[in-house]
Amino acid sequence: MVRMYKRVTRFPLRAAGPADRLAGFMAHLRMNGFKIGVQETGAALAALSAVNAWDETEARIALKAVCTGCAQDFGRFDELFAAYWQNLGHERSGTAKAKGADQARSGQMQDQSGSGSGQAERPDGDTDGEAEQDGEGRLTGSRMRNLMRVDLREVVAPADIAEAQGVAERLARAIRDRRSRRQKADRQGARLDLRRVIRASLSSGGEPIRLYHRKRPTRPSKLVAILDVSGSMAVYARVFLAFVKGLMTADGQTDAYLFHTRLVRITEALRDKDALRAVNRLSLLAQGFGGGTKIGGNLAAFNKAYAKRLVGGRSVVMILSDGFDTDPPQVLGDALADLKKRGCRIVWLNPLKGWQGYAPVAAGMAAALPYLDMFAAANTLESLSALEPELARL
Amino acid sequence: MTGWRGLQCELSAAGYVAADDLAMALHLALMLERPLLLEGAAGVGKTQIARTLAWLRGTKLIRLQCYEGLDAGHAIYEWNYQRQLLAIRAASEAGEHGAAVEARIFSEGYLLERPLLAAIRQPVSPVLLIDEIDRADEEFEAYLLEILSEYQVSIPELGTITAVTKPIVILTSNGTRDLSDALRRRCVYSYVDYPDRATEMAILAAHHPALEAGLVAQIVGFVQALRRENLEKTPGVAEALDFTAALVGLGINDLTDDPVALQASLVTLLKTQGDRAAVPLEVSQRLAGKAA
Repeated sequence: MVRMYKRVTRFPLRAAGPADRLAGFMAHLRMNGFKIGVQETGAALAALSAVNAWDETEARIALKAVCTGCAQDFGRFDELFAAYWQNLGHERSGTAKAKGADQARSGQMQDQSGSGSGQAERPDGDTDGEAEQDGEGRLTGSRMRNLMRVDLREVVAPADIAEAQGVAERLARAIRDRRSRRQKADRQGARLDLRRVIRASLSSGGEPIRLYHRKRPTRPSKLVAILDVSGSMAVYARVFLAFVKGLMTADGQTDAYLFHTRLVRITEALRDKDALRAVNRLSLLAQGFGGGTKIGGNLAAFNKAYAKRLVGGRSVVMILSDGFDTDPPQVLGDALADLKKRGCRIVWLNPLKGWQGYAPVAAGMAAALPYLDMFAAANTLESLSALEPELARL
Repeated sequence: MTGWRGLQCELSAAGYVAADDLAMALHLALMLERPLLLEGAAGVGKTQIARTLAWLRGTKLIRLQCYEGLDAGHAIYEWNYQRQLLAIRAASEAGEHGAAVEARIFSEGYLLERPLLAAIRQPVSPVLLIDEIDRADEEFEAYLLEILSEYQVSIPELGTITAVTKPIVILTSNGTRDLSDALRRRCVYSYVDYPDRATEMAILAAHHPALEAGLVAQIVGFVQALRRENLEKTPGVAEALDFTAALVGLGINDLTDDPVALQASLVTLLKTQGDRAAVPLEVSQRLAGKAA
């Protein structure tokens, strides 16, 4: 760590003063998915002048307070800060460098797509020179990454996506649209409860002093989608990912996760309105895409980390998986039992179920069955859209 | 000492031990006159910092607790309908009518101030705590955004009321729902995590100065080990403080001394039946043994 302080940060030649360098840093953050604009750059400058900007720690936590906006960004900030201001990519061969490569790449991609809108202005203009210095390690790293990205880009190919998203949005609405038909007394309801007002006015000589309202309460259910992207699901993963994205666009309450050998929350990434950047973010998250499956373990991890906050009595948890689990079936059964205890409804969409003569004999699937409110086929988009009335009934 | 270190010291003198991130965020929020958005699990002291700040500055703490269905009438202002009705009736008995009555019933005297309006009309800038903003609806969030950027409220019958002083705004969120980007962007942000060992020891020491350092270390070790267990409700700092108070009340000087008393005082840490069952006597003894 001591070495880091000795290292001189290299800036592009055009970066004239602190303001320019800071602008470069902001662009660096933006490229990494931070939602910040010119206003934040101004605030960051103001923040730096309010603290001892020459003290590294102080500058870091000051910028952190101004530039971050959610828990995920808050957690990533320190790494990005070090990567930019300390040129960590130069000496460390591990993650920091890989990240540098990614940033460069994503910058270029945005360029090509023409959606750059100034984001292509890369802060560390000297990355190219760096590539010449230690070309070998970098090349292998970025090639692998590229493959992964291509793969995921196809996941959201425009042809499938429109249909899958359309279906998903319909389904999401079917599940969510829950306005109660009953009217309920409510202090701020939209309508006056005339009968009650008049009844109460009798005690004040006919003056309607006390007003009573009623309303039709909405009872929206919350969707949580958990997507299996392990090797056995690779064929379906692309459509399902589009499907999950469709669920997300329907409203801001849906939550999404994907898992292979570990669980990753993709809510933030999928909610990114810039589709291309969403894919980039996903590809960063989905390291290990197409690997083994640990359904039970991952569901247990979900219970532990997220279910407490995000799953309640009005939630619908939708698991998209084929049920081939490398964990013992008992783990899956226990995890589902725990989840069920939160009062949610669990829907399992299994692409294999659409096959002729399929029986849920995989040990994991058999262990899961007793806890499912619905177990349905999901091998085609038609079978997905056929679910609408059934989900509405849940 | 000035700056954020100074603020951190002042806070800790007032009994609130703030991590560097949090102290800096608060300092910047004060300097830049921006709202401060705090996220984190329940019981890590998000609300408490607003109280402490109000106490430090000797100003009023105005609190708005958000809930589903919170609307402008409960957050900003409302007309006192009953008084208006009586005034109309009284006026008509006295033979008054028309514009004079109308002007009177839509005047300040008939306005019921709610927290947000009250906060911008204080002579000394107060601390405005908007608690659990994630529980309010999105429409309300949009309304809040307008007030936080303009610091003014427009009342159709009265005109626009502009802030006398800008309140210090602190928003807290438990993360049950994603807040809008617009709101996040307007705020200085900090994520408040469970305190690390040293910080938690400092917190306990600040609240129970008479406690032996050895016991404090044991308690913190125990609580932190408990947080790593798979619990439904992870105990926060408030629970740790209750737990300490319980141990002090029971006169326990060493966690491993009296297993039964320790088990009994777990009621202050574990708040669901499932969690109670998950930590039987053996487990609590194992954790206490490790912490000792």
